[in-house]
Amino acid sequence: MIEIQNVHKSFGQLEVLKGIDLTVQKGEVVTVIGGSGSGKSTLLTCINGLEPIDKGKILVDGTEVHAKTTNLNKLRQKIGIVFQQWNAFPHLTVLENVTLAPRKVLGIGKAEAEAIAEKQLKHVGLGEKLSTYPTRLSGGQQQRMAIARALAMSPDYMLFDEVTSALDPQLVGEVLETLKMLAEEGMTMICVTHEMAFARDVSDRVAYFHKGIMAEIGAPDQLFNDPQHPETRKFLASVR
Amino acid sequence: MFHTALTSADLIFLAKGAGMTILVTAISVFIGTLLGIVFGVLRGQLGPIWFAPVTFVLDIFRSVPLLIQLVLANAFVGMVLRLHISGLTVACMVLSLYTAAYCTEIVRGGIHAVPATTRRAARSLGMSWLQDMRYIVLPLATRIALPSWIGLALGVMKDSALVYVVQVTELLKSTQILITRLQEPLFLLLICGAFYFIISFPLARFGGYLEKRWSND
Ligand SMILES: Nc1ncnc2c1ncn2[C@@H]1O[C@H](COP(=O)(O)OP(=O)(O)O)[C@@H](O)[C@H]1O
Ligand SMILES: [Mg+2]
Repeated sequence: MIEIQNVHKSFGQLEVLKGIDLTVQKGEVVTVIGGSGSGKSTLLTCINGLEPIDKGKILVDGTEVHAKTTNLNKLRQKIGIVFQQWNAFPHLTVLENVTLAPRKVLGIGKAEAEAIAEKQLKHVGLGEKLSTYPTRLSGGQQQRMAIARALAMSPDYMLFDEVTSALDPQLVGEVLETLKMLAEEGMTMICVTHEMAFARDVSDRVAYFHKGIMAEIGAPDQLFNDPQHPETRKFLASVR
Repeated sequence: MFHTALTSADLIFLAKGAGMTILVTAISVFIGTLLGIVFGVLRGQLGPIWFAPVTFVLDIFRSVPLLIQLVLANAFVGMVLRLHISGLTVACMVLSLYTAAYCTEIVRGGIHAVPATTRRAARSLGMSWLQDMRYIVLPLATRIALPSWIGLALGVMKDSALVYVVQVTELLKSTQILITRLQEPLFLLLICGAFYFIISFPLARFGGYLEKRWSND
């Protein structure tokens, strides 16, 4: 369970998160929508402790992320995150990209790590590309590799930050399919996305962010068909 | 017909000079590169302000002519510290620091060129700072910095000709000794240049080979 309690976060003078409360249950898929600069990415990077917070707390399975005593490297092993920019390690093959963290962080042996990596890469449709270098892959393939890389750590939670936004339109579908598959397998996920059809399709709940506030959250049917907050209505009208 | 007084013994004498050039260069580049990596990484960790004292010292090594550094270091070691250290050791110490000063900048630039988003991806997989450095940052920085580093190593090899001022008989000094005796300056300098080329060529080619191999990634 991820519990976000009254989280505030500023970059210098700019208050980016103004008291966010959100609890994500095991197995739940929550998508986050909202305008650019509303703090969606910042929230995700706070959840796995890449960014400090100013006030409030975030608990992952009861462990307080920003407590001084928390071992972040250990905590991050169970929170996978995939970013908009796919961030391949360009000097490693696809297989090595995926085996690196299991081997060095979890201490898994080479053969076993490769078996895990192969399974995950096949899962995302990259079983044929094991010894290819990432620069030879399309954006969509690189993004799926990044997903496999995160999954190879056997995380309990996956965070996705606009993973299709930097892709050519014809490559968006294959990545969304991968996310959908994960959701159907019961992965606990928080997905920041601009793909409204996708959000409607896979989410248990959809949250709308506006200027650092979670203005509204609800089941997809309710939020898309009967938005309560005026800003949500405005936003949905603008993206339709 | 071309005639020279150069004997095979003289050629061996030159080869020994070349050996000394290689020795001084290899030691200095090795130590200087290690120091450069340490300083370059520290510079990235501490930030420019905390690192300023080291930057200041390294700037001295980069801006004072090497010849002056060698003479002063030799005098300092002998007259102030009153140590009996060989000229070779003094030469290697000075050249190592000289190399480190340049190498620090090269390493800093290489590390800086690794995108922050790539490093964030590594950390988000649970890698520690050290693992990120070891498996992501330094390998990528090495690829970026290699051409400059090869240039530095070749430069240090040529600059090592100056260590004759601390009584180290390297290639150029050996050549001068023969010139004084044989009075065939042009021919001897030609041979000396050929020796330098033979030493440099493998390093330059090795750099080219690595660049080519890495570009397939
Ligand atoms: N590292 C940072 N330093 C300073 N400002 C930042 C940083 N990251 C994000 N911001 C600012 O915080 C605000 C929210 O950013 P972000 O969370 O990326 O929004 P979103 O993902 O919803 O588009 C933006 O105004 C952005 O410019
Ligand atoms: Mg964002």
